[in-house]
Amino acid sequence: MTAPRRSLLAPDPRTIARNRAEARFRAYGLGAVGVALVALAVLLLSIFGNGSSAFYQTYLEVPVMLPEKSLDKSGTRDIEVMKKVTTVGYAKVLKTALDEAIEANGIIVEGLGKKDVGNMISDEAAAQLRNMVLADPTLVGQTIAFEMLANGRIDGYYKGRVTRESAALDSNVSPAQLDLADALAEKGLLATRFNLDFITAPDASDQRPEAAGLGVAILGSFYMMIVVLALSLPIGVATAVYLEEFAVKNRFTDVIEVNISNLAAVPSIVFGILGLAIFINFAHLPQSAPIVGGLVLTLMTLPRIIIPARAALKAVPPSIRDAALGVGASRMQSVFHHVLPLAAPGILTGMIIGLAQALGETAPLLLIGMVAFVRDYPGGLFDPATALPVQVYNWTQRADPAFVERASGAIIVLLIFLLIMNTAAIVLRRRFERRW
Amino acid sequence: MTLPLLLATLLVLALAGFFAGRARAVATAGGDARKLHSVPAYHGWFAALAGLVPAGMALLAWRAVAPGQGTWQGFAVLAVAIVGMILAISATRGETRARNRVEGIVKAGLILCSVIAIATTAGIVLSMLFETGQFFSQYSFTRFYFGTVWQPNFRGDSELGILPLLWGTLYISLIALAVAVPVGLFAAVYMSEYASRRFRGFAKPAIEVLAGIPTIVYGLFALITVGPALRDYFAQPLGLGESASSVMTAGLVMGIMIIPFVSSLSDDIINAVPQSLRDGSLGLGATQSETIRQVVLPAALPGIVGAVLLAASRAIGETMIVVLGAGAAAKLSLNPFEAMTTITVKIVSQLTGDTDFAAPETLVAFALGLTLFVVTLGLNILALIVVRKYREEYE
Repeated sequence: MTAPRRSLLAPDPRTIARNRAEARFRAYGLGAVGVALVALAVLLLSIFGNGSSAFYQTYLEVPVMLPEKSLDKSGTRDIEVMKKVTTVGYAKVLKTALDEAIEANGIIVEGLGKKDVGNMISDEAAAQLRNMVLADPTLVGQTIAFEMLANGRIDGYYKGRVTRESAALDSNVSPAQLDLADALAEKGLLATRFNLDFITAPDASDQRPEAAGLGVAILGSFYMMIVVLALSLPIGVATAVYLEEFAVKNRFTDVIEVNISNLAAVPSIVFGILGLAIFINFAHLPQSAPIVGGLVLTLMTLPRIIIPARAALKAVPPSIRDAALGVGASRMQSVFHHVLPLAAPGILTGMIIGLAQALGETAPLLLIGMVAFVRDYPGGLFDPATALPVQVYNWTQRADPAFVERASGAIIVLLIFLLIMNTAAIVLRRRFERRW
Repeated sequence: MTLPLLLATLLVLALAGFFAGRARAVATAGGDARKLHSVPAYHGWFAALAGLVPAGMALLAWRAVAPGQGTWQGFAVLAVAIVGMILAISATRGETRARNRVEGIVKAGLILCSVIAIATTAGIVLSMLFETGQFFSQYSFTRFYFGTVWQPNFRGDSELGILPLLWGTLYISLIALAVAVPVGLFAAVYMSEYASRRFRGFAKPAIEVLAGIPTIVYGLFALITVGPALRDYFAQPLGLGESASSVMTAGLVMGIMIIPFVSSLSDDIINAVPQSLRDGSLGLGATQSETIRQVVLPAALPGIVGAVLLAASRAIGETMIVVLGAGAAAKLSLNPFEAMTTITVKIVSQLTGDTDFAAPETLVAFALGLTLFVVTLGLNILALIVVRKYREEYE
């Protein structure tokens, strides 16, 4: 038996197979990175694709005559008397204005039902007009330019959500209304423009997706972040300073350390149960209030702040402490005058990232009643409010498909906030972090 | 007297106490601050804290006994503050060890803050144990842990068996891990062993963005994109189901979410394997992939197992993705395209809306929460033990 002939120049079959295996393995690795990146891209594209239209809204722009006869019969412009006119009265005024505008522009659309013209206008528009008139009674008797919100289905038509085929099957909108909308748009009476109300307005009921906004949710989230910041920054830094600088190694400090790392891995919903049991059932704090949400998020965020704060303190070299002690400072003075300021950028970076996580947290807030429907802007920490991520959840539970657009839009707002916070953290780290 | 007004008055008082204490210390030293034991400001701080600390304790104690606020309460608290400060100031001498005292108080404050972490854990455990105990006094332990039917009924007579929920939780987590472990592990291997610096500098943060995205975003993604796509292209053509929310939907999306947990941790661990091991293997003629599979990965295995266990605990406790993506029907089924439900979903549904804290239908949420807490805690501790016990020490 002769040994197989081998050449250094021509690879033998086994080497070829091994090299192929090498190439395959490498391709799997690259493929895995690719899968992760593609998933991220699809996720973001899906959210932005669905949500960017929430920032635009369709309005009808017609001159509106505010007749004294129906809005202020007494003619005294007394607010209390004028308040007796409900939104129904204002809805009629708007419908008349739209009818007149259609007639004046010579628009003729066939197949319009009796109520079709009035239904083009959002129910919310009448309420907005009423508030406007009550705020400034001198408007009565004048003709004003008023931008009324178009109905959600008309708005959906311009965003591709409603088509003539789907309108034919939908009891809330008819193809004739869409024809009318097109005719109005041609005359410049109907337009789609940037919708600031989406960010500032409060939530709206199930039937009025076109009026729903994030105002209350953003304010509620803001209040909660204030509570989280005010509580978790001092407590977190104090804990980190104690454990890192003063604690002697014993059973007690060991228990604290293990505790903190375990708390960081506890599912967030467990903190919601804790909040419900302790803050609401035991301490009788109000439900849906930012103070409770803030407290729950504080407990959840604390370990996530303590861990990076300790790392930042540990990164300050011992020579700094020794130098301070050497010139006669006490331990406390060396920590508070020298170590802590040097660790501050790292601590703040961890703080901002912790806050960003708290801002996006939803599950614990569901349990403490932040899902309630709130239309009044919260005036303080104890008033009912919602939060940005909870508002998203809320909108996904509504029947009208227009709320899917709103929910995605709300997520865009949330992601923008998170982007700002994380960028701030990165900039802070790049600019101020010292390497020793 | 309202709380903000009371606090503001206290602060003004403390400020006055600070200046009075400082002035008194300097005066007793005959105007020569060098003769003092501590810097004058410490004497001021001591006076202020001597008023604030007892006043704060008095306020908390009063509120704990009798909630609400009143004029008497306000005046009593202020009186405590004033008495404390007067005592402190009148005792101030040049040789008073003010700095040591202030530092002692500050240190006590630091310890108090670090105890909050323990208090939180204790609060979680106690509140859940208490309510769970109430639940088990109304509903039998074995029926809960071995029941295969979940049918809460608010008129009473509910079937509250945890097994269908546990099954849903584990099934979804399993799918999530089946997605995340290979992808995360291969990504980590590629990034630490093959990728160029530039590619790594771009891809690593991009993958970590996945960990920074709130879970509600993944939930919405499951609800509006993944769920309908799976139903239209897989479940319906294959005749496996009609539901957009399914175990598969939630599992896939959750898998995407935990990729960065697996990949970052594994990446760190693979990087910690010493280069000499690789060099030895390569020097014997192994290809790079053979080195990775036969040398690097076995050396990094305990850490990788730890990472996977942490990811599993994360998947089991995840809420929003399953609330929006998995459905609400408690079922024991093998079909991944069917809607099933998890422990976390049921905690949310039993505790939102009008809840009656005497009914087992509400209290069961605490038993579920405690089970979840114990399971995730167990996984975390297991991960810690695996890493500690089997870690190779290289010097």
